[in-house]
Amino acid sequence: MSFDATHQKEQFKSVGTRPLRPDGVDKVTGRARYGADFNMPGQLVARVLRSPHAHARIVKIDTTRAEAVKGVKAVVTADDLPDLTNGDAALFAILDNCMARTKALYDGHAVAAVAAIDEKAAKQALKLIDVEYEVLPHVVDVDAAMAPDAPVLNDAIFTEGVTPKPDTASNVANRSEFGHGDVEAGFEAADFIVERSYKTGQTHQGYIEPHACVASCNPDGTAELWVCTQGHFVYRQNCADLLGLEVSKLRVTSSEIGGGFGGKTHVWAEPVALALSRKAGRPVKLVMSREEVFRASGPTSATSIDVKIGARKDGRITAATATLRYTSGPYPDMWAELGAMTSFACYDLENVKTVGFEVVVNRPKVAAYRAPSAPMAAFAVESAVDELAHKIGMDAVAFRIKNAAKEGTKSSYGPVYGPIGIGPTLEAAKAHPHMSAPLRENQGRGMACGFWFNFGGQTCTDLNINADGTVTLAVGTVDVGGSRASLSLIAAEELGIEYQDVKAVVADTATLGYNDMTDGSRGTFSSSMATISAARNAVEIMRQRAALMWDIPVEDIYWEDGHAKAAGSKYGNLAPLSVKDIAAESGNTGGPIAGHSELVADGAGVSFATHICDVEVDPETGSTRIVRYTVIQDAGKAVHPSYVEGQYQGGAAQGIGWALNEEYIYGDDGRLQNPGFLDYRIPVCSDLPMIDTQILEIPNPNHPYGVRGVGETSIVPPLAAIANAVSNAAGVRMSHIPMSPPRILAALKDAKG
Amino acid sequence: MRYERPETITDATALLENAPDRAFVLAGGTDLLVRMQNDDFEAELVVDIKSIAGMTEISETQDAFVVGAGVPCAALSENAALVAAWPGVVEAANLIGSTQIQGRCTMAGNLCNASPAADSVPALVAAGAQVRIAGPSGLRTAAVEDVPQSPGKTSLKKGEFIEAIELAKPGPRSGDAYLRFIPRTEMDIAVVGVGVRLVLDDAGVVTSARIALGAVGPKVLLVKEAADAVIGTGLDDAALDALATACSDAATPIDDKRGTVEFRKEVAGVLARRAARIAYTRAGGSQ
Ligand SMILES: Cc1cc2nc3c(=O)[nH]c(=O)nc-3n(C[C@H](O)[C@H](O)[C@H](O)COP(=O)(O)OP(=O)(O)OC[C@H]3O[C@@H](n4cnc5c(N)ncnc54)[C@H](O)[C@@H]3O)c2cc1C
Repeated sequence: MSFDATHQKEQFKSVGTRPLRPDGVDKVTGRARYGADFNMPGQLVARVLRSPHAHARIVKIDTTRAEAVKGVKAVVTADDLPDLTNGDAALFAILDNCMARTKALYDGHAVAAVAAIDEKAAKQALKLIDVEYEVLPHVVDVDAAMAPDAPVLNDAIFTEGVTPKPDTASNVANRSEFGHGDVEAGFEAADFIVERSYKTGQTHQGYIEPHACVASCNPDGTAELWVCTQGHFVYRQNCADLLGLEVSKLRVTSSEIGGGFGGKTHVWAEPVALALSRKAGRPVKLVMSREEVFRASGPTSATSIDVKIGARKDGRITAATATLRYTSGPYPDMWAELGAMTSFACYDLENVKTVGFEVVVNRPKVAAYRAPSAPMAAFAVESAVDELAHKIGMDAVAFRIKNAAKEGTKSSYGPVYGPIGIGPTLEAAKAHPHMSAPLRENQGRGMACGFWFNFGGQTCTDLNINADGTVTLAVGTVDVGGSRASLSLIAAEELGIEYQDVKAVVADTATLGYNDMTDGSRGTFSSSMATISAARNAVEIMRQRAALMWDIPVEDIYWEDGHAKAAGSKYGNLAPLSVKDIAAESGNTGGPIAGHSELVADGAGVSFATHICDVEVDPETGSTRIVRYTVIQDAGKAVHPSYVEGQYQGGAAQGIGWALNEEYIYGDDGRLQNPGFLDYRIPVCSDLPMIDTQILEIPNPNHPYGVRGVGETSIVPPLAAIANAVSNAAGVRMSHIPMSPPRILAALKDAKG
Repeated sequence: MRYERPETITDATALLENAPDRAFVLAGGTDLLVRMQNDDFEAELVVDIKSIAGMTEISETQDAFVVGAGVPCAALSENAALVAAWPGVVEAANLIGSTQIQGRCTMAGNLCNASPAADSVPALVAAGAQVRIAGPSGLRTAAVEDVPQSPGKTSLKKGEFIEAIELAKPGPRSGDAYLRFIPRTEMDIAVVGVGVRLVLDDAGVVTSARIALGAVGPKVLLVKEAADAVIGTGLDDAALDALATACSDAATPIDDKRGTVEFRKEVAGVLARRAARIAYTRAGGSQ
């Protein structure tokens, strides 16, 4: 669907307003049902036994003593999840990660699971499972894992993407490369060059709700799964594949979701719950503890990145390169590739080259986290860009404006851009009062830009017009940030009815066609397209019904302001028919009225943001306080501005945590030292200032209203913006994230000499 | 697991004395209940002391405040006399957790949990507080610094529990302060904590000092060298430098997830300097 320019002039009636979300009251009164709030009669409690070793061969598992515990109904190991993956490496990785087969590959890797009538029996049984391990040398650091003498996790991994293909196994699974031009020549032409190496720690999405599900395998071969997920259709597919079920036999219902940010795009324990239920013949509830979430769900990559950028005296960048090494956990993936694609996406560069290396390590399997891989790349690149601007003696914003990508720019990862928002967000930053506000002693200001692709994907929506003229909208994208409100606004807009008359629900997998999950900032973008199309189909039917009611040809009926109207003067005295009028008669005019839509939402517009941040650094303790923070981002069209702002603020808040304190800390034994919110420090309320937002609207040419995804880009600039601010405040360049107080204090001491 | 709520001290000590090994006193429960969630933790007996008469009261004798072992930290800040006398102790207790936690948690629990990072403990040690320990053979008192032994271990004997904490009423020209370093602004655990108590003469010269460090050793440290560095001075820069050095030197922290040895030693000195300035001003001194 393409952008309809009439929408730019025309005042929207519903879109752009800020009504309360339909799920709000339930959430604040505690009524909303999250993953762990569902129960079934006869349900068992599941517990998972996890490897205490970072790397170990599983010599033997004996479950006899556990099975003998009173109240234990099933014990499963990898034997109960036979390999049905048929050579599909990605699916095998999911299977092996759900239940270790021959080796435990990280501290927390599941090795067995128990279902029992209560918690006590389950806990007791876990202690009685005898696992014989042969502990192997492990590696958790990305650079150490690439060293020639590193312990190799998987001797079937030979680096892909290099010629000739290596003949020895290593932890480097893949090399990818992007760019164009001649970087050597570009650096020759540079007057100034900045070259620096950066590191970032591994972070977790930190969603408040741990993974939870109830699985029920029925004697007739069907199964049900009630689960907290970002994509129940994808969970259905993964679980059906791993358990050998036909897709139609497994019905998955998504609960309300207490945060996901990418971490709930992947199955972790759901197939295990199903395997337990299948074996026990009873429903099984599996709720991960916070510790399990940290140890055994999907954090980000830890990274090590080298950046080199050259520019002429006049501020034009002549060449830019980046080498990005990303951990992916124990299984190959494409996180470095995404980093390599996004690194220089903000800029219009003649000569650019990025190389990504995927590195396997003894840490949990990496999953998406809000614009996955982009924040680390942006941290490295935007730090170097800032340093280069200083070196040239140019203002950091002016330098970026001079080099910003625009419509027609060939991006560093290939495609040529359409209309984009990087330039406008930078101009807005330049003009923002924040940029010129005075700073006090020990304070510093930083800014940075960020990019994310956004995604569209398969989408299916049903819109039912009820007999009283109200509308039920069934969507298949899980609501992670207010999309039921936004989609209701869209339906109201298209039909010309009140927002209150639309009730949006997230349908389960048995009642709606396939939907990709809510990731890639696609929820509102793609489901709004499907909703618009479903509403237009319903309007078509309502025109036909009006034609029957009036007994005039349908061609003479047009739809306007929520009413069927007779065209021209020959039907002059016919009063327009509202949705309610038409719905009331539907029983006599052909039955229920509905609009359906199935589509692939192509053309998710790329998204850009610029952030400005002021910090104060205590030079004696290295402690950093965020004093002021401003997010400027292109939304294409903000359907529900409050929830767009919420996404901007949420991304910034998570980025602040990542920049300052959040980090997986491993001991020498390869065990995670901080699997809890006490020592894995996400920001608390009092750590954050009010985060100001400014929404820009540069219409996406591929959406009728111009909507772009907004959920992810907001986490891309913060690491760099804060690093630039801290570096300006402290007078030392910080190249290691998180910039925890000990790191800042050590850098200050080093600088003093 | 058995849960008991005795109403007298003798009942409580009897329960504890005859209890199995895994018996625990329950005050606010903000440590104990969290530990009970842990898979490896099993309690056989929990003795809730909050129903024992007087346990949740702050009383005053001629020369001391007696804070019952069940008094939640939030109640401390509502006692104006206590706040005026020991602002540093009250501040320290009110750094624990959050408003919700403070509605429950106690200083005695903070002490008996025996975490080296406990916030109220360095402040209590600097204040020279005493604990009243009830036991099968009666009452004894001990200095606060003698209770914690190492992480998770106290010097209390089987059957004993803390009945109250006693804080002497301070004389004129004295002041205390507590500062801690945490990476966040709240809901965190001290990476370094420093309690300072100073007494001045009329000329503003420090006549007595007690300085205690938390989170930089296996238990709270009372640093005599730090006190010596400021006694006899008007807390001038040289004295503050000497104080900071003494605290950094006395600290014996470890490298862990919460901070490095170097960082903790350094920050112990920084906070000691800052806390001493506050205590000095509170004691009526002017620098
Ligand atoms: C979210 C959160 C944040 C926290 N933040 C902080 C913080 O900032 N700073 C800090 O120092 N602590 C913090 N804590 C830890 C805890 O709140 C404190 O240590 C608190 O003071 C404990 O008091 P309590 O009364 O709740 O102890 P309880 O949990 O009741 O008891 C703690 C231990 O002491 C024993 N015990 C209790 N009372 C007695 C007694 N009278 N005699 C003998 N033994 C006894 C118990 O058996 C148990 O082993 C936090 C805890 C949580 C959950």
